[in-house]
Amino acid sequence: MPDQAQILPGTLDLLILKAVSLGPLHGYGVLLRIGQISDSALLIEQGALYPALFRLVRQGLLKASWGVSENNRRAKFYELTAAGRKRLREETESWNRLAAAMAASLAARAEGI
Amino acid sequence: MLAYLRNLGSKLFRHRQIAEEMDEELRSHIAHRADDLERSGLDRAEAGRRARLEFGARERYREESYEALGGRFFESLLQDVRLALRVLRKSPGFALAAVLTLALAIGANAVVFGVMNALVLHTLNVPDAKSLYGTQYGVDAPFQSYPGYRDLRDRNHSFQDLAAFNFTLGTALDTGNDPQAAGGFATTGNYFTVLDAHPYLGRLYTAADEHGQGSAPYLVLSYGYWHSRFQEDRRVIGRVVSVNKHPFTVIGVAPPGFAGTIMFVSPDFFIPVVEQEVIGGNSLTDRSNTAALFETFGHLKPGVTARQAEADVNRVAAELAKAYPKEFEAKHIVVGRTGLTAFGGAVHGFVAALMALAGMILLAACANLGGLFAAHASDRAREVALRLALGSPRRRILRQLMTEAMLLALAGGTLGVMGGMPLLQRLGAWHPFPGAPLHIPVTTDWRIYAAALALALLSGFLFSIVPVRMVMRAHPYEVVKAGSTARAGRKFTVRDALLVAQIAICALLVTASLVAVRGLVRSVNASYGFDPRNAMTAGVNLANAGYAGARIPQFNRRMIDAVAAIPGVDAVGLVNNYPPLAYAAAWRERVFTEQTRDLTTSHVALRPYRFNVSPGYLKAAGTTLLAGRDFAWSDDKSAPVPALGNRQFALRMFGSINAAMGKHFRIGDGTLVEIVGITEDGKYLSLTEDQEPAILMPSMLYDDPQSYLIVRSRRDPQQLHRLMRAKIHELDAGLTLDIQTWNQLLEVVQFPAKVATMALGALGLMGAILSITGIFGMAAYSVSKRLRELGIRVALGAKRREVLKAALGRAVRLLAFGSVAGLVLGLLATRVLASIVYQATPRDPFVLAGVVLAMALLGLIATWTPAQRALSVDPMILLREE
Repeated sequence: MPDQAQILPGTLDLLILKAVSLGPLHGYGVLLRIGQISDSALLIEQGALYPALFRLVRQGLLKASWGVSENNRRAKFYELTAAGRKRLREETESWNRLAAAMAASLAARAEGI
Repeated sequence: MLAYLRNLGSKLFRHRQIAEEMDEELRSHIAHRADDLERSGLDRAEAGRRARLEFGARERYREESYEALGGRFFESLLQDVRLALRVLRKSPGFALAAVLTLALAIGANAVVFGVMNALVLHTLNVPDAKSLYGTQYGVDAPFQSYPGYRDLRDRNHSFQDLAAFNFTLGTALDTGNDPQAAGGFATTGNYFTVLDAHPYLGRLYTAADEHGQGSAPYLVLSYGYWHSRFQEDRRVIGRVVSVNKHPFTVIGVAPPGFAGTIMFVSPDFFIPVVEQEVIGGNSLTDRSNTAALFETFGHLKPGVTARQAEADVNRVAAELAKAYPKEFEAKHIVVGRTGLTAFGGAVHGFVAALMALAGMILLAACANLGGLFAAHASDRAREVALRLALGSPRRRILRQLMTEAMLLALAGGTLGVMGGMPLLQRLGAWHPFPGAPLHIPVTTDWRIYAAALALALLSGFLFSIVPVRMVMRAHPYEVVKAGSTARAGRKFTVRDALLVAQIAICALLVTASLVAVRGLVRSVNASYGFDPRNAMTAGVNLANAGYAGARIPQFNRRMIDAVAAIPGVDAVGLVNNYPPLAYAAAWRERVFTEQTRDLTTSHVALRPYRFNVSPGYLKAAGTTLLAGRDFAWSDDKSAPVPALGNRQFALRMFGSINAAMGKHFRIGDGTLVEIVGITEDGKYLSLTEDQEPAILMPSMLYDDPQSYLIVRSRRDPQQLHRLMRAKIHELDAGLTLDIQTWNQLLEVVQFPAKVATMALGALGLMGAILSITGIFGMAAYSVSKRLRELGIRVALGAKRREVLKAALGRAVRLLAFGSVAGLVLGLLATRVLASIVYQATPRDPFVLAGVVLAMALLGLIATWTPAQRALSVDPMILLREE
């Protein structure tokens, strides 16, 4: 899949927070949602999702509860906490600043200086 | 503690729940993925397989998830411990061998550490023992005279207060018609004050009780003696007992555990030193009598170092030498810790050597276990490979191995301590000489447990690092493909190196113990300059029975004649004080040339040992007279007084035996002496001394109350003992007698060599056991690994010899290699051994042959079982199994 990009280190947490902010999801659902919102452009190894999920739970950014999925299987659903929402906002802002700065830097031309 | 356990318990409980939840979640994920794949057209089985594959290294992510949950140290530790226990249960032989080996090694180290703790770290059982310093016992140490002590006490600037003590050996304590030999201390009045000791009962005497000679007839009992002689009778306070026929009032009992100020000796009672001369002891007024006190000591003033104190003491010595040139010799005085006295160096050296040997045992055990552990781990190569393949981090696998090692080490350590403690307790309760108040002050305290724990952890760490390299290099695919059959490599592996190291150490220990045993045998058979066989000794202190002055030599003559009349007695003689070598009590005389008029210490020509002996002593002692004559009863005090010298004295003083005969010299008090005979050389103070000069003076010209009769006879010692006692008691029933064979009397001087031999022997035995287990382990392992190959060889018609060679050749080669290395090390360690054991030299054909034979025998024993197994290989069964 040459059109898929490896995600940058440290961005997985942000992606997860974003995915979950659109509605409670189970682990596999998070994966699908990230695929969906990134238009399948970002590649995540499936198993790698879980250490990140547990880390976010431990940091109090996500909370988890058992429920039943659309496939009628038992699954653990994750949703944002208040702290998670705040963190998502902050991280999104700082990401945007960084991205804008990077884009501007890379777009620079010789005659513009 | 309870809260901690509960917390741990709840963590343990939660841990299981979390693990189950996590598994369920991961399964759920894979199921959902499989659902999607199935919807895209795959069949269910294929969808499940693809889903699992896409998920990635499940084991690794599970581990990482655990880590992400955080604070899981105890959980993973418990998990490790549980797994380790399971693994060890599966190979009980390995576990047992490891635990026993470690128990042996750690037990030995705990015992040696216990001894070190008692002798080196713990010193005396008094408050602040660490700041107690003083002048030490030595030949002609000037502060060991009473006036010398008093001057030092008053002139020094280093000690808070200075006390001193002396032995009252050979004293008899009588509670009313039952005189019994008892050993006490004569101490300065401030003794208990300086030591900050408080009475268990009654009171202890102080400096205020002393008002000059014979002014303080008070006696303090030691707790132990109060228990054994007075059955803890509290009414003993105020009672009058007699010491050497002189009345003393019992004023108090010292606290339990208070055993005076010298290690190995626990006195029965304490009396003020001002009573010493009264009971027939050394003079307190004679400045040149350096046997008046044994040691002086006191707490250093705050901020004063031992070195400063030594400089201070030597300053006082220089002043005194100027003031009293005749009596006081200006020689360098050593200030040292009180307790071990001048033997401190020897004791420290011995303990250090023991500790080094015990450390080697531990090292050998670790090498042994490292090899076993590596073998054990390589048997599990497949398991390790699988875990690696499933994504378990190497770090985690190593931690698992480490946990196993630590469990083994702790189990071994516990067992070792459990075995070592009773041994230490018995050592502490041991009284090696019934006649002398000697004991080894070993106690068991927390330090020993702490040391054992530290050693267990250290050894666990040491032997668990051996297989680390193997795990780090393990390549899962290779191992799974190749299976667990080891290659019969020609390569020299780490395990081989460990085995060689272990065998080398064991060979060194075996060498050491053989050398020690040989040394002891030699020291027992060495020439002492007298013949202790077929000789009986009777120690008698006439001061006990109230004799003094001229009555002493008269009574000695009567005793000699009475004992000589016993049928079967060949010769009887008498020596004042103690016979040579007994209790290391020889003392030196200052000898001047005949022309010397100024008898100051700087003009001393020679300092030979001096013994006062009666006519007939030479014959009774079995000492050969090389020239001249023995003393005669007709010899008298008219100048020149006759004397005998030993060969060394003749050579050093006059150049040759012939030149010495008939020559004159002066002794310390100025008496002119003529040499009438020359005796053979001998040993006088210790077995290890260089050849020293000695002179013999006629005992009947002096009135020393303490002496030993030497009785040469081939009669049964028990019979002779009874007859001698009866004969002497016919003369005076009130005398206390110390009758034993001369060899028994010498046991004290042979004691260090005996202890060293016992200790080295025990360590050598352990070394032997370790090398057996090491070789056995290695041989058994290589045979079991190569059973299939051996089976094929047998099937192809290999002869027994060839099978054996294939199976065990390597073990035998390693054994030979290690033994040679150990022998060479043993030869290099000569000097260390020689300092402990008299006449120890591993350059001894007997020892060399013994070591080679011992190692060969050990190898034979250790390879016997594996060899049997190799020979009984049935190829059909083996091949069918695969």
